[in-house]
Amino acid sequence: MLILTCPCCGVTGEETEFAPGGEAHLKRFGPGSTDDEFHGYLFEKVNPRGVHFERWRHANGCGKWFHAARCTVTLEVFGTYSAQTTEPPQDIKDRISAKRPGWSWREFA
Amino acid sequence: MSDAVSALEGAREDGFATVEELGLKGMITLRGGLDTPEVGAAVEAAVNLAVPGRGEVLIADGGDHAVAWMSPDELLLVMSYEEAEASLAGMRDALQDQHALVVNVSDARAVFQVSGAGCREVIAKLCPVDMSPGAFGPGQFRRTRMAQVPAAFWMPDDQTVQVVCFRSVAVYVFDLLRGASATGGEVGYFG
Repeated sequence: MLILTCPCCGVTGEETEFAPGGEAHLKRFGPGSTDDEFHGYLFEKVNPRGVHFERWRHANGCGKWFHAARCTVTLEVFGTYSAQTTEPPQDIKDRISAKRPGWSWREFA
Repeated sequence: MSDAVSALEGAREDGFATVEELGLKGMITLRGGLDTPEVGAAVEAAVNLAVPGRGEVLIADGGDHAVAWMSPDELLLVMSYEEAEASLAGMRDALQDQHALVVNVSDARAVFQVSGAGCREVIAKLCPVDMSPGAFGPGQFRRTRMAQVPAAFWMPDDQTVQVVCFRSVAVYVFDLLRGASATGGEVGYFG
């Protein structure tokens, strides 16, 4: 069970209070993109063993979306941060580097 | 004019804590920029209270008026059922130039009160929330999950919890609270 802290309302709650929203930091391809780009956006999700970035919604709380960095092996949560960003904040990256040296996730490291 | 009634018309059950439905309550949902002076003035005009901080509830007039922080852009104003329509009109006027939304949700909610020394235990059985006195107490407001439905609660005092839920699940929530507070079900975890 994950324990997540919602960065929008500050509540620390357990997993059942939140709703998962899949992989974070997706780049969207819509009208005007090539078929390959659209196919990649729709279907090619990463499923790493280790560091992962996800979207979550505080469904039974403030209702806001946020991002979480966690480990898929140990379920350790490295931190949560605002969804209004295109890449993980430096303090989250530093925290992951301290615990998982040499990690990388898609274009982030 | 139709005769407004609450979902359970004041149902009550006495276990190791007392569960009762509080009947009709006036409630207004306000969405907008909570840090703007216009929203602050509208809230003060409606319930004579300031805008609460994150995760807080402010209560006045012995519980007749309250304003709760629902999310970074949402407040819940509590008042008497009769007051709500007039307050709503006043707030709509005050916020007409703002990017804000004000809705009377009185008839879409049910309010319950759990009172007695075991009130913390009743909530702790149903919600994934740390109800120990050091973690949650009067002045705080928590939206969460009560078994399978969304709910929110606050503590007017240390022996009382008030729970707000959607009216459509009022019977479910009352049954939950009644079951969790049934005599013989005391756990005594909070001393």
